[in-house]
Amino acid sequence: MQELLNYQGLLLQGAWLTVQVALLSLLLAITLGLLGALAKISNSRILRIIATLYTTIIRGIPDLILMLLIFFGGQMLVNNLSYSINERINEYFTNADSTHEWVSYLPDYIDISPYFAGIMTIGFIFGAYMAETFRGAILSVEKGQIEAAKAYGMSRSKIFFRVTFPQMMRHALPGIGNNWLVLLKTTALVSIIGLQDMVKIAGDAAGSTQQPFTFYMAVAVVFLIFTAISNLFLKHLESKYSIQTR
Amino acid sequence: MDFSIIINEYQFYLDGLWTTTWLVTLSLLLGLLIAIPVGIFQNSENRLIRFPIWVYMYFFRGSPLLVQLFIIYYGAAQFDWLRESWMWYYFQEAWFCALLAFTLNTGAYTAEIVRGVIATMPEGELEAAKAYGMSKWQTLRRITLPNSLRRALPAYSNEIIFMIHGSAIAGIVTIVDITGAARVVNARYYAPFEAYFAAALLYMCLTFTVIFAFKQWEKRYQIEK
Repeated sequence: MQELLNYQGLLLQGAWLTVQVALLSLLLAITLGLLGALAKISNSRILRIIATLYTTIIRGIPDLILMLLIFFGGQMLVNNLSYSINERINEYFTNADSTHEWVSYLPDYIDISPYFAGIMTIGFIFGAYMAETFRGAILSVEKGQIEAAKAYGMSRSKIFFRVTFPQMMRHALPGIGNNWLVLLKTTALVSIIGLQDMVKIAGDAAGSTQQPFTFYMAVAVVFLIFTAISNLFLKHLESKYSIQTR
Repeated sequence: MDFSIIINEYQFYLDGLWTTTWLVTLSLLLGLLIAIPVGIFQNSENRLIRFPIWVYMYFFRGSPLLVQLFIIYYGAAQFDWLRESWMWYYFQEAWFCALLAFTLNTGAYTAEIVRGVIATMPEGELEAAKAYGMSKWQTLRRITLPNSLRRALPAYSNEIIFMIHGSAIAGIVTIVDITGAARVVNARYYAPFEAYFAAALLYMCLTFTVIFAFKQWEKRYQIEK
């Protein structure tokens, strides 16, 4: 127990990082989800195909693999790409002028931070799930409402932001809530790509104190507290929105 | 990009695919054995039964599977009494810890499915069973369970996919499942994109096979009606 208190500050920092990653990923996921849902119900066939591919492929691959793919694979891909572009440009200049010296026009080595990769991956994954939630929610908005907005001469974007969006959120809320709870737990994976989140700090502390059970259990309890707070907040939101419908 | 690495090392991935498959299948089966009684007794009138069930389900559904695995795999070593008992033989094996963590996890999620399905059981069928003079046990076995299992299929297929995806973390605790195979290949050739891309493809095949199989199964039930 004493060891836990010694690491209290570090663990709290890790918990804060977990919350940050979760909230920023949620923001990205909601944005991507909205775009995905709009693409899925749009008239353009290409958009529909892209959105369907996105949601299908993402839901077929485990989050951990996607994270490793984006963090390690993406890093390599980006660097190889910038290297070959550099080569091309330099080759072009050397052909034109043989005294030309090799210059790296694009940065030689781009470092993808685990923070960035973690948020991008989690946001990207949950964007696919959110797209499904939002699609259902948009379809459940009454047609008459949209027709009325059209009759008032509102533009398409105005219809979306003034009529569709506020009404669909009511239907989307339970789905968003569920996705959030899963997303929160998924953030534990960022420890694997080296981010100093709660799980990583607990692992380091467990190594130096020889008390892995105590530390990992503490992390689990913090996650349970996060879940409990989220549940309370979601219940509050849902009751608030359901009163307005009546 | 050089995908010949994957073709040369396909044996690793096949072994990984096999490990993932048996690990997930066994966890799901054992988890189901836990889930059915837990789901049934979750609404029991006895507090002494209800409370531990609530704790079990809340813990395993509210915390990340990764942390649960770490608690069992790394955490077990903290207790001397465990290290000195016969159980240590199992707890020092990564596969056993993964199996235990996955089983307890899927057991809790599946219990929630079982509970939900029992709670939404059509009242009329139960009344009819009562009218026929069936005992509580007979009603459960003849009416509630078969009817519920049928309605649980869509949610359960989601749980299976969740488990396949969740099992990817087994690769972190030295198990050579699909993720583990990708990690080994990456460590040998330093080709992260190719290595993890192949793993992603394999997981996708597994996922879509399960989705397809369950769709067929659900269809069969619909025809029987």
